[in-house]
Amino acid sequence: MKIKGKAWKFGNNINTDEIIAARYLNTFDAKELGSHCMEDINKEFPKKISKGDIIVAGKNFGCGSSREHAPIAIKGCGISCVIAESFARIFYRNAINIGLPILISQDAPRHIKEKNIIEINAIDGVINDLTQKKTYSTDKFADFMQEIVNSGGLLNWIRKKGLAKR
Amino acid sequence: MGYTITEKIFSAHLKGKKVKADEFVYASVDLALGNDITAPIAIDQFKKIGIGKVFNRKKVVLVPDHFIPAKDIKSAQQAKVLREFAAEQKIVHYYEVGRMGIEHALLPELGIIEPGKLIIGADSHTCTYGALSAFATGVGSTDLAAVWATGYCWFKVPKTIKFIYRGKFKKWVCGKDIILYTIGKIGVDGALYKAMEFTGQVIKSLSMDERLTMANMAIEAGGKSGIIAPDEKTFEYLKTVNAKRYKGKSGQKQFISDMKRWKSFYSDADAEYETVVEINVSDIEPQVALPHLPSNTKAVGKVKKMRVDQVVIGSCTNGRISDLRIAAKILKGKKVHPKVRCIVFPATQAIYLEALKEGLLEIFINAEAVVSTPTCGPCLGGHMGILAEGERAVATTNRNFVGRMGHKNSEVVLSSPAVAAASAITGYISHPDAV
Repeated sequence: MKIKGKAWKFGNNINTDEIIAARYLNTFDAKELGSHCMEDINKEFPKKISKGDIIVAGKNFGCGSSREHAPIAIKGCGISCVIAESFARIFYRNAINIGLPILISQDAPRHIKEKNIIEINAIDGVINDLTQKKTYSTDKFADFMQEIVNSGGLLNWIRKKGLAKR
Repeated sequence: MGYTITEKIFSAHLKGKKVKADEFVYASVDLALGNDITAPIAIDQFKKIGIGKVFNRKKVVLVPDHFIPAKDIKSAQQAKVLREFAAEQKIVHYYEVGRMGIEHALLPELGIIEPGKLIIGADSHTCTYGALSAFATGVGSTDLAAVWATGYCWFKVPKTIKFIYRGKFKKWVCGKDIILYTIGKIGVDGALYKAMEFTGQVIKSLSMDERLTMANMAIEAGGKSGIIAPDEKTFEYLKTVNAKRYKGKSGQKQFISDMKRWKSFYSDADAEYETVVEINVSDIEPQVALPHLPSNTKAVGKVKKMRVDQVVIGSCTNGRISDLRIAAKILKGKKVHPKVRCIVFPATQAIYLEALKEGLLEIFINAEAVVSTPTCGPCLGGHMGILAEGERAVATTNRNFVGRMGHKNSEVVLSSPAVAAASAITGYISHPDAV
């Protein structure tokens, strides 16, 4: 799977309150949540981005609350992938569970500039910065996680494995 | 090499297979919790799996506490989704308004948390239950749905950071100050993916309420869990909250047998830790975390005059009876500053009733504070105390992120109940000695 889009940069410790504020948690409609994604730290972010764009962030992305509304909002506003130096644990699980592509890279977030055009090969985890003509590698998922990713999320993985039985 | 308490709990949920940190496991779950924000997504996902019934109706917990009593029509709709699902699935642990409280204060007092249990909750502060020696961690809604369907959850067994607390508390210092200090020391990702094990003489002397406060905030250091080994205080607490179960001769017998099981959950002397952090509490002053990260901590005495518009005393972090007692002690006979709104919200109905009986509510009302129904509302900027642009709150809650309690240009300063109550009187961030 190839992903291509403009980079939108964010710093360290972007928390789930910033990704989607609690005042919008009375719904889980992806479009509605998406229309408010990141608005408290980057006004009109959902309007500025184009479908397929990529978030590039620092350390501990998605820290804070367990709200799955956060990856739903990111996906809902049209972002295709999040690259970060590290992810907070619950956000990481949630993103994988709902099939939002996420990649961990130490170098890419430090060098990629806002609005650079990025191309990602999600299968081998290679990030190409087409603007700066640079290539970055990403941390591989553990085999177990890769299995869930390959299944297309947690629910499909459960179905495939026949784990939900009565 | 020995095992940590966390490794032992995981091993106990893998049909006898012994595991160490970093192993991926598919472990059986004892309790799976959701609230009115996270459960509607889980219910939607659960229905997609298409298996009809939850794995065990006694092991699912549903607490509508975030936007409840319903703040608007959409929130009422979400609560209705929970209510109907609870009825349809005959969920034993569903708590309606009038019986509910803030989930992480409610579950321990109901006696359904105990040492050695493996608990997941679609709420990041599920880690609170580590104070009662359970492995408890927050997950998202899809994970919750998967557990409801299967009874199992996948985990990477976490490495443990051991914290040893020594020394003696200065006046007014409490569990909240120590956990704020710890987060300030290691940072908001200082314990990312790790279990934080709180040990040492100081922890032994902490009340259960203060232990719950500490474990509650493990997530603010990125921790997967916070945990404290069981001791006499744990057993005493469990005996009290389960007074009915342990009544009489047969009850006593049951208690002794339960206690024996609980005692098997401790870290071996030669357990492997990723790191050991030693903290001497003797020099620690009452702490505050300034905007906009829980790690942005400072001794309250070192904060320059900072005006306060609102004071919030409550939440899953500090809304328990001992927190209210401290706040009442400071507010007794005093008045909240004319420019300050002080909101006190007891975390559960039982705490509310106890505060009523002890005369604490009267003290708050005479001080011109307002006492609210149990709800998570103000803590996450939901309802019952939202901040306007440019306003600042001192709160005994757990997060001070941008816009956490309202407008994106508002601020939250985190503190203990003592600092919050003192600040309510003076109108600026204050050391309790100032009043």
